[in-house]
Amino acid sequence: MTHLSGGSHIGSILSVADIVAVLYAGVADVRPEEPEWTERDRVILSKGHAGASIYAALAERGFFDVTELRTHYADGSRLSGHVSHKGVPGVDLSTGSLGHGLSVGSGMAYAAKKDGKTHRVFVILGDGECDEGSVWEAAMVAHHYGLGNLVAIIDHNRMQSLDFCENTIALHPFADKWRAFGWNTIEVDGHDHEALRQALEGCEGAVKPTVIIAETVKGKGISFMEQNILWHYRFPHEGEEYDGAVAELDAQRPSAMAADDGARQ
Amino acid sequence: MRDRFVSTLMGLAERDSNVHLVTGDLGFGVLKPFWERFPDQFTNAGIAEQNMTSFAAGMALEGKTVFTYSIGNFPTLRALEQIRNDCAYHEANVKIVCVGGGFVYGSLGMSHHATEDLAIMRALPNVTVMAPSDPAQAQLATEAVYAQPGTCYLRLGRGGEPDLGTPTDRLQIGRAIQIADGTDTALLFTGAIGDEVLAARARLAERGMAVAIVSFPTVKPIDTEAITSLARRYGTLITVEEHSVVGGLGGAVAEVLAELVNPRARLVRIGLDDRYSSIVGSQIFLREVYGMSARGIVERVLEVVHG
Repeated sequence: MTHLSGGSHIGSILSVADIVAVLYAGVADVRPEEPEWTERDRVILSKGHAGASIYAALAERGFFDVTELRTHYADGSRLSGHVSHKGVPGVDLSTGSLGHGLSVGSGMAYAAKKDGKTHRVFVILGDGECDEGSVWEAAMVAHHYGLGNLVAIIDHNRMQSLDFCENTIALHPFADKWRAFGWNTIEVDGHDHEALRQALEGCEGAVKPTVIIAETVKGKGISFMEQNILWHYRFPHEGEEYDGAVAELDAQRPSAMAADDGARQ
Repeated sequence: MRDRFVSTLMGLAERDSNVHLVTGDLGFGVLKPFWERFPDQFTNAGIAEQNMTSFAAGMALEGKTVFTYSIGNFPTLRALEQIRNDCAYHEANVKIVCVGGGFVYGSLGMSHHATEDLAIMRALPNVTVMAPSDPAQAQLATEAVYAQPGTCYLRLGRGGEPDLGTPTDRLQIGRAIQIADGTDTALLFTGAIGDEVLAARARLAERGMAVAIVSFPTVKPIDTEAITSLARRYGTLITVEEHSVVGGLGGAVAEVLAELVNPRARLVRIGLDDRYSSIVGSQIFLREVYGMSARGIVERVLEVVHG
C-alpha cells in the first residue's frame, strides 16, 4: 500500500501490524456484515498515521474488498493516510492528531459501563504519542472511573518522529508510570501473537483499565527498515527496495515458513 | 442565564436519561441542583478540558447527548482540536456550554475574557453557535441545542441578565428575533450585551431617534434572510457584541453584506477592537472602557447616523 501510494509511516505500520492482526483475528468482537452492530467491541487507532494497518485488517476481515486497498492515499479515495471513519465501514474513530484516542475511548468505555453494556474498547497508541499531555489526562480519568472495559495497547517501538523516544522526551520508567496511574499493566512481546492474545483476553472483566505495553520493532519484518528512522517518512521505491521488502515479507508468511520447515524435515 | 440553563437542562435530563452533563471542575453553587438530582447523569472530568471534550465525544458516539460545561475560554479554545476532530468531524452530540462569555469575569484578567470564542467556533464546520441574551433565550437555546443533532456551542453570560422581552415562542436556530422596531437605524446584537443595547435605544429615543433592535441568538448559521432584509431597509446597520469585532456577529454580518448586490446599508461594528484587555475592571467597567456600554453605543450611533 505504501509503495503504490508513496505514503509514509511504513515503519510504524509494520511495528503495529501484529497487534492489529491479533485484535481483528478474533479478540475484538466485530461483525463485517454488520459494521454498526451496537454491541461490537470498539477499536481506536490513536496513532492514526498507521491507518494502513487498520484498512488492511478490515479488508482481510471482509468489511470491504481487498482490492480497494490499492486506492490508499489516492485522489478521491475513502482511505486517507490517517485513518478516517467517513464512509469506511468498521472504523470507529477518525484520528491523525496524536493524543485524542485514549480520551475518546475512555468516554466510550464510560458510557458503555454506565449503560451496563459488555463490549470493550481497545485503543492502540504509539509510545511517542505518550508525550501528549492529554494521554495522561485520560489515564487519570479512566482509572478514577474504574474503566475495566478499556484496554490501551501501546506500540512500544521506542522510536518517534526524529529520534529514539529516550533521546526525545524520556519515557522510562514507562511501565511504572502506568502502574502509578493505577492501570493494570502488562508487558508483552508485541510480535508474539499468542502472548498478545493471552494479554488481550486475560484482562477481560478487569476492574481497572489495562495497558498492554507491546515491545515492538519499528519496521518489523524488513531487515533494512528495522530500527531505521528514515522509514518513518520514506516509502519503498520500485526495484530493489520494493522487491527486497516483499521477498522478505513473503518468506515470513506462515505458509512459506511451513513449507520451509517441511523441506527441512 | 446560568441558572435558567441549569433548570432547563434538568428538565431535559428528567425526560431523557441519555442527557449527560460533564463539567471541567467548575460550577460551584450552580450545578449542585443538577448533580444532586441526577447523579448518574453527571460527571466531573476534572481540570482537563482536552480530555473532557474528547471524552464527551466518546460518550456521544455511544448514544449520549453530552453537555460539557466550563467558563470563559476553557471549554472552547483550550480544547479546540478536540472539538474540531472528535466532536464536529464525527457530528457527535456534544453541546459545549460556556459560562462567562465576554467580560463576565472582567476583573479576573485577560485569561478569563472570552472575546474570540464566537469567531473561532464559528469557523468550524458542523458547529452551531448560539449566544442567547436573556434568561428566556437561554432556556430556548438550551432546548434548541439539545434538539439539534451534532455539535453545538452555547455561550452564556453569567446571572442576573434582565429580561429583554424575547417572545418565548419564537426561538429557532438560525433565526434572528426583532425585539423593537425603528426607522432610523438598526442595532443587531448577540449575547449578554442586550441590556446595554436596550438602554442605548431608550436614550436615543429621548433624542428623537427611532432605532430597531434585532437579537441574534444564533451566530451560526447566521440569519442571511434577516440581514438581507435589514440591509435593504436601513442606511446603516450596527452590530454590538461583547467580543472582538473580528469574526463574531460583526464578521458574520459583514460576510453577508459583502455578497449582497447593491445593499443599501453600510456596516458599523461595535465590539472589542482586535485587542486583548489588560485593564482591571468589572464587566460593566470594561464595557464602558471599550465603547460597548449604552453610553458608548449611543455616541457611536449618533456619530455614524448623523455624521
